[in-house]
Amino acid sequence: MTPLGLFLPGTSPLHRAPAGLKLLGLVAAGVVSVLLDEPWQVLVALGVVTVLYGVAGISLRVAVAQVRPLLWIALGTAVFHVLVNGPARAFVVVGVLAVLVLLAALVTLSTRTTDLVDAIVAVCRPLRRVGVDPDRVGLLLALGIRCVPVVVGLAQEVRDAQRARGLGASPRAFVVPLIVRSLRHADALGEALVARGAEDPVPDEG
Amino acid sequence: MTRASAPSPSPRFTSRDLALVAMFAGVVAALGLVPAFTPPGFSVPITAQSLGVMLAGAILGARRGGLALVLFLALVAVGLPLLAGGRGGLGVFAGPSVGFLIGYPVAAYVVGWLTERAGPTYKLHWGIVANFVGGVVVLYLLGIAGMAVVLGITPWAATVASWIYLPGDLVKVVVAAVVARGVHAAYPGLLGEGRAARESAEASEQQAV
Repeated sequence: MTPLGLFLPGTSPLHRAPAGLKLLGLVAAGVVSVLLDEPWQVLVALGVVTVLYGVAGISLRVAVAQVRPLLWIALGTAVFHVLVNGPARAFVVVGVLAVLVLLAALVTLSTRTTDLVDAIVAVCRPLRRVGVDPDRVGLLLALGIRCVPVVVGLAQEVRDAQRARGLGASPRAFVVPLIVRSLRHADALGEALVARGAEDPVPDEG
Repeated sequence: MTRASAPSPSPRFTSRDLALVAMFAGVVAALGLVPAFTPPGFSVPITAQSLGVMLAGAILGARRGGLALVLFLALVAVGLPLLAGGRGGLGVFAGPSVGFLIGYPVAAYVVGWLTERAGPTYKLHWGIVANFVGGVVVLYLLGIAGMAVVLGITPWAATVASWIYLPGDLVKVVVAAVVARGVHAAYPGLLGEGRAARESAEASEQQAV
């Protein structure tokens, strides 16, 4: 639904699973990954990840794209470990990295941004006691999602103005007006929030 | 005067603070869209995004600047491809650059804290020092530690793998200070707000009681 997001729509069991459950699974996978020590265990984990991508109906091409940015650093790390600790260790380290990145990417690909926002707000509820207001957390996330395209739009305007006045690629002539415009926009946004009662006490609904 | 924020020891964020924080998270995202260059052999592209980290602290101060970067990371985590090179989602938090990501809000906070020490007017030289300590020293310490843990390599090897970003980041230290001076000149009052906001919050709380 957000054209900006990485979410891939689908109807698989993974898509329908609650966001909180998937995040818990991800945390569990992170804990288990510390225990993986043998190459065969990593192979099993990679197999499980492949099956999960299959269940979610996500193509191999998309899956590979998730780890492609890590190609060079993974190669460098593998060389380091082959030289220092032997090839088995190299396989375990790079394999675990790939498993975790692929699993985390799978949660992102199969979960709507709005569902993840709700999950964050839910996680913040117990933090009420230490002074975090979960409703304001939700408000801030919603504002942030809205502000990204606004600032990108402002950046386009500033760039056009810069070109029109014949200023080259001076970072100062671009960033200073961009930020000043963003701050002015924030002032208007803050006033709009107050006008809509954002400062009022929120009813405690547990 | 929400019940939830009352027991908080630090002054709470006003709606204007939230608006500033949200817009600055957007600024950091927009700076990541400036074309990136990924040097072969390295996992993190060279971008203007780390400029945004320093600017958040240098312009909004410690609390709001730090929160702006926390929000930015939250937006990345919920699936917006805002990191330089169009990366995003939860996967990046499992990757080797996780230390740099966690370092973003810390660095912005440190830059802001140091900048605020110099008083309500922005001073260029002190700003450069603040940007360097927060945006380079603190950020690299956390980034290199994260890389060493995720990749199981020695901190020294992780340092070698990060050196290529240093020249660009040193340039950004100076650019961020020059930009911050320009912004504070065009939009004064942001740095002195810490104390003023606390006082007005206390005053309005007394009124509310």
